[in-house]
Order: sequence, then C-alpha cells, then structure tokens
Amino acid sequence: MISFNQVNKRYPGGYEALKNVSFDIAEGEMVFLTGHSGAGKSTLLKLIAAIERPNSGSVLVNNQNIGALKGAALPYLRRNLGIIFQDHKLLFDRSVFDNVLLPLQICSFDHRESAKRVRAALDKVGLLKREKANPIALSGGEQQRLCIARAIVNRPAILLADEPTGNLDAAYAQEIMDIFRSFHQVGVTLAISTHDESVLQDSGVRRLSLKQGELQ
Amino acid sequence: MRHALALHLALMRSVLRRMFASKLGGLLNILVIGIALSLPTGMYVLLKNAQGLVEQLSGSPQISLFLTLNAQEQDIAELHKRLEANESIAGIEFVARDRALEQLKQSTGLADVIGSLEKNPLPDAFIISPRQTEPQALDALREELAQLPRVEQAQLDSAWAHKLEALLRFGRLAVLILASLLSVALIAVTFNTIRLQILTQRDEIEVSRLIGATNGFIRRPFLYFGALQGLLGGITAWAIVAASLMLLNRPLDELSQLYASQFSIQPLNPGDSLSLLLFSLYLGWLGAWLSVTRHLSQIEPR
Repeated sequence: MISFNQVNKRYPGGYEALKNVSFDIAEGEMVFLTGHSGAGKSTLLKLIAAIERPNSGSVLVNNQNIGALKGAALPYLRRNLGIIFQDHKLLFDRSVFDNVLLPLQICSFDHRESAKRVRAALDKVGLLKREKANPIALSGGEQQRLCIARAIVNRPAILLADEPTGNLDAAYAQEIMDIFRSFHQVGVTLAISTHDESVLQDSGVRRLSLKQGELQ
Repeated sequence: MRHALALHLALMRSVLRRMFASKLGGLLNILVIGIALSLPTGMYVLLKNAQGLVEQLSGSPQISLFLTLNAQEQDIAELHKRLEANESIAGIEFVARDRALEQLKQSTGLADVIGSLEKNPLPDAFIISPRQTEPQALDALREELAQLPRVEQAQLDSAWAHKLEALLRFGRLAVLILASLLSVALIAVTFNTIRLQILTQRDEIEVSRLIGATNGFIRRPFLYFGALQGLLGGITAWAIVAASLMLLNRPLDELSQLYASQFSIQPLNPGDSLSLLLFSLYLGWLGAWLSVTRHLSQIEPR
C-alpha cells in the first residue's frame, strides 16, 4: 500500500530529514512510527501525503509514484488519505459539524448523504452531542477526536496520524488508540507517528523507528 | 443535474453570507463600485440623448437666405426664378417679412416687445431645401447662394448641428477614457477585496488543499464573490442613473416648456442596461480572477 525505496529528503538550508529510508506497509496494516522529535516522523508522513516531495528515491502510495505526481492529480490522491494533523488544523469559524463536512463538500457529495456520514463519523469518535459547538469550546482530547472524525468521514483507505496523542493524558490517549484499532479491524491501513511509550507498550503492532532521519 | 444546481445554490448562499458578514463593509464596496460605474453610464445616457437630438435636427438640412431690407417685390420675383432654375435646389419656400414677424409674435410670447417696435426689423427670406445633403455640397451651395444679388446672408441651418456633432465626438471619447479608468478602478477594488478575503480564509484554504480540494474548488467561491459584487455594483449604478434622470427630467420639462418644445432625457434602454450589468459582472469576475491567481499560489500547505 505504501512503499518507500531509498528515500532522501533534504530541506532547503541543508538539513537532512530522511536518509536512505526504505520500507513497505501492507494493505490493512497498522504501523507505528517512533523516534524522538526531529527524527523525521512528520517528514515521512508528509511525503506520503505529497505535502513534501523526496529529493531522491521513490514513494509509492497505491502503486502511484508520489514524486512524479502532477499538481492537478494531488487532490485526488489526498482524497484517498485521511490525515490527522499534529496541530489539528481545525477551522474555528464554523461548527463541529461543518468541520467534518468539509471533506465531503470538497468531493461534491450529495447533501443529505453528507449529513448522515458526518453524524456517523462524529458518533464514532463520541462527539455526536457536540455537533453544533464551535471547536474552540472543545477540550484538547475532543479536538483530537474531531480531527479524526474529519479524517475518516470520506472513508479513506489510508489513515495518517501525526502525534495523535501528543498532549493528552494516558486515559485520553488510550481512548484515541482504541478508535484507531477499530479502524484497523475494518481493514484501514494506518501509519501513526508517536513518541508516547504508554501507547506503544501493549500492542503487537509493527514499529518503524527513526533516529536522526535513518530507519533503525 | 439537480445535485449540481443544489451545490451551486449552496455556494451562492455562502458567498452572500460572506459578503454581508459585515453589512456595512459589503454595502460600502457595492456603493463604491456603483458610483464609479454611474459616472460614465450617466454621461453616456446624456450623450446618447444629445446624439438623438442632433440626428433629428441635421436629418433635413436647410439653407436660409436672408435678403437685404431694401429688396423690392420685383427683386424677389427675379431671385425666385433664378432659384427655381438652380439644379441643386429641391424646394423653395418664401417667408415674407410680415409673416415672419407674425410667427415670432405667436411662438415666443414676446408680442408686447415686438408690438412696441416702430418698424419690422426682419428681412424677407427664402428657405431652401437642397437636393444633396453632404456637408461639402451644402457648403458649396451656400457659397453660391450668398453671391446672388439682394442676398444679405445665406445661413446653413445644420451648421451648428455639425459643430455639435464634433463636440459629441469629443464627449464620447471623454466618456470612453473615463469608463476605462473607472473599470480599472473597479477591478482594483475587487482585487483588493478578494485579497483580504483570501488572507482571512488562509486556514480554510490550507486545510482544504490538505484534504483534497482542487484549485477549481478553492477558486470558485472567490470568483463568485467578485462577479456577484460587480453585478450588485452594476445594479446600483443603474439605479443611481435612473433616479438622477427622474430628478433631472422634472426641471428639464419646465425648461423645455419655456422654449415651447417637448424634450426629456430618455433613460437607459433594456439593451444598454443589460450591457451595463454584464460588463460590471465581468469586471468583478476579472478582478477576482486576477487576485485569486496572484494570491492562491502563495498559500501552500506546510
């Protein structure tokens, strides 16, 4: 599903974020990306979503070479991805409901069907009762779950999560991980970056450990 | 199809909501555009009316031949013969000086003043309708007639109409320049409005890009906004012009009655009105398009 082959990523200024990284993630697999901050976890996820392009090597998603993808094709790639951002990127000028609606609006989804899907996604993350609230009124954990609802509402095959439990206490973090596990069970491919040892311990999930841009 | 229409309407609603999110701001923008467009439009209407007047007057040019005051009846008869013999004259009307004075009394209401005159100051006159109406032919004929004996003055009635025509050409050019300048101003106003919109919606644009919005999807609301703002500005301009003409026509009516004529300014006809609205819509769209093209590329997700 996702395949990195000798990928290098160097940022302007010479900072090497990823060095010669190769790995494969199978369809329906769940993978943790671990490592200290600055190890290249975020960069790796950005390469999958084509927010950044590799300097050398190839990134394949769904057998498409991301590095060679034309600008006009990018939106259609991203519609197959659900991305959970480290900084949430929620929109505070609209309700919880409308935040989750946005991906469906972008795909020109039918109005009534959209509403059903939005409520299903909110129900999944336990925010159905807050649909009219402004995201600014939500707690950190709730905002994180809202971000998840937005990522899954158009039922993507691949879910990318960048530090989804970053600032949450253990109980909240566990809740979020449970949600991810339920997606894993229905066949979604997940790549989750985290440096949170508490969520890593219990599972038999494969880890990709990054250290200073290199895969360990 | 119905689905597409519903999406369209939803987009329109959200654009309107955004435009009047701050009521005063939205209205002020539309007013600025409306006033800017109403200036050349109003001038155009006035020019077009003047044009109609000129065409009406210069359609059948005439030459007035004023005779010397001491012209005797036999002089007049002789002149009449010579005029009839002239190939380039289509019609001749003789206006005797007494009849001319009588007409003047009736048509101007200056009977008292005229009655107090000791003798008739008006000369006898021939009103000549030329066969050809080209300016050169008219001038040549006028020159020729002026040379005839007992002719004091030969006056081409349409001469002033030609002068006015030249003046109108100048006016049309002035309107064109003004309209061009104000069109650029309209584009600039829209450009800036859209620029501010893009800045305030930076987050939304960035997130939309990240979750798969095409460029078209992102541009569309801004283009709609620009076009709609232009259209509303055009409607405002139309209303300003229509209201101004209504105000102007009342005193003009009184004025034209004093001159014993019927004249009123005709408002914009449907064709011109439609052109105005389409043009303003297009300018708004163009301003938005330029702005979106310029500014959206600067917002790349990180």
